[in-house]
Amino acid sequence: MAVHITGRIAGPVIELRGLARTYPGPPPVPALRPADLVIEAGDYVAVTGPSGSGKSTLLHLLGLLDAPTEGSYLLDGLDTSALRDRDRSALRGRRIGFVFQAFHLLPYRTALENVLLAGLYNQTSRGDRIRAAAGALDAVGLGHRLDALPTTLSGGECQRVAIARALVNRPSLLLCDEPTGNLDSRNAAALMELLDQLNAAGFTIVVITHDVQVAAHARRAVDISDGVLSERREASHA
Amino acid sequence: MPRPFLPGQAAGLPRPRLAARDATAEAVAGIVQRPGRAALTMLGTVLGVGAFVAVLGMTATGAGQISRQFTVLQDTTVTVQDNGPANDVAPPGANPPVGFPADADAVARRINGVTAAGVWWPVALPQGTTFTGSLALSAPASQTTDLLAASPGAVQAMGLRMTAGSPLTAYENDTSQHVAMIDTATAAALGISPARLASRPAVFVDGIAYTVVGVYSSAQRVVTNESAMLIPETTALADFGNPQPGIGNQNEAQMVVATRIGAAQAVARQLAAAELPADPGRLVVTSPPNPQNLQSEVSGDLAGLFLILALVSLFIGAVGIANTTLVAVLERTEEIGLRRAVGARPRHIAVQFLAESTALGTLGGLIGTCIGVGTVVIFAAAKDWTAVLNPAYTLPAPLIGSVVGLLAGAYPALRAARTSPLAALRHA
Repeated sequence: MAVHITGRIAGPVIELRGLARTYPGPPPVPALRPADLVIEAGDYVAVTGPSGSGKSTLLHLLGLLDAPTEGSYLLDGLDTSALRDRDRSALRGRRIGFVFQAFHLLPYRTALENVLLAGLYNQTSRGDRIRAAAGALDAVGLGHRLDALPTTLSGGECQRVAIARALVNRPSLLLCDEPTGNLDSRNAAALMELLDQLNAAGFTIVVITHDVQVAAHARRAVDISDGVLSERREASHA
Repeated sequence: MPRPFLPGQAAGLPRPRLAARDATAEAVAGIVQRPGRAALTMLGTVLGVGAFVAVLGMTATGAGQISRQFTVLQDTTVTVQDNGPANDVAPPGANPPVGFPADADAVARRINGVTAAGVWWPVALPQGTTFTGSLALSAPASQTTDLLAASPGAVQAMGLRMTAGSPLTAYENDTSQHVAMIDTATAAALGISPARLASRPAVFVDGIAYTVVGVYSSAQRVVTNESAMLIPETTALADFGNPQPGIGNQNEAQMVVATRIGAAQAVARQLAAAELPADPGRLVVTSPPNPQNLQSEVSGDLAGLFLILALVSLFIGAVGIANTTLVAVLERTEEIGLRRAVGARPRHIAVQFLAESTALGTLGGLIGTCIGVGTVVIFAAAKDWTAVLNPAYTLPAPLIGSVVGLLAGAYPALRAARTSPLAALRHA
């Protein structure tokens, strides 16, 4: 399968400086303790850790779905903590592609319509969005199933639609939350292969997972335990 | 090839925006995807708007019908009063002759457009005059009955609906017969059964007997409301003398003229000169008062009641939409989270749910308006009436649905906008 979509090529995509998130109590819960992390363009990083370790908190912070209580988060060199909500929304819509464990596809919309949703708020014309969505579905190997409803797709295909939706705006960062959590081993392997190809095409990928096989695909592995972030491995390409 | 993202490009990000066209498309998609639910949700609005349109339409149709009847009557009735010099000096029994010529009926009939015309007047009776039935009859009760002198033409112009016997004839008038026509109420009060007219029952007025030759149930003109007894004009002159001339005497001689539709104005212009060429100013020709005010008051009360019902339906419709939209918001938290993740701002979420509820309301309003219009048309057709629909109420009626939808969607939309994307994505 050929992946024609390429990501960015130079400069750090993510820079965390003492980023921390404490949920207000009582008692206050330090879900993420002050963390420093630099993710370069083209990196493929796995964030691993047991349940309740702070993985989701980190995902939400990286995805601009939540705001830190301390420190700063630079996305594409832009300090997001200084941004207003509308700019954070714009960044989310244009620079970050989410892939969720539960796919989060709208059941009544076709594969194409689900992917179209990603450009809905980006001030692009519908014609451009349709072309981009069809291209993204083609890139994940679903060019022949544009009009299929999610209910008629397999789990693996659903996750591919979700990846197409994440790719369609050519984001700086592909943020995957347990992407194989709902897939069987064969589909999971195929999906990891797709992520490898996307990374090879230049996309920066952060995968949050507790699956060691998934983590093994990443070139870098970051551990998180009790809210403490630590670089475990700077691996060569798997 | 995709454009590369470089650091620094992030500055000056275009704001996320949801185009009106896209918002509408999303709203329509939201409705079309769940047609059954949409139909049930709309039901209240459909009923409310339908009731609104139907009530206003049926009221207007009914009012139109009533006013059409009044207008027909009005267009075909001309009255003339004898405004001769009042008799202030002579004793009451010595009034001057009636201002109308002896052949007044025939003169009026010759005017083009007149279908019937005749002279009549209320006979002035002494105080305490009683009306009694024949001694053979059981109920000798006196009651408030007007005694009217009427020429055969006047009887014809009054448009009486006979229940028994026959109207006063020209022969009876020419020969001053002591005959009378009474209405059914008077007949009942005097114990005269319309079925027994063949036995020649009589009514005594001030000791004079009048044989009842006809009983009528209703009239188009002159004797429409009150109980009345009609006797021939010449008989009245012989028994009670001339009527007092001059408007305001309560018993001046008058003429009632029935015309063809639309001819009344032309007839009215010619009448005075035709009847009294030497002194046309003595006759005052008038049209009856406009009964429309009374009619609009009556229909206004009824319409008000039904409009309250329509408002109640609309309120129920609004609650229905609000409830379903709220359920939809709770049900679609995952979708809300996803939309937030792909760049939607809270206001975009609110706009989407508002657009959906407004579209639902508008659709309900449209369907309700169609049903309302259909109801009015069927109602009118069944009654053989002309359907009257005021465009000022009917055309904007679907917008009532829109407003209901908009208001009903406000709270759920607010809830949706406040949904945290984190909670929403954790939902599944």
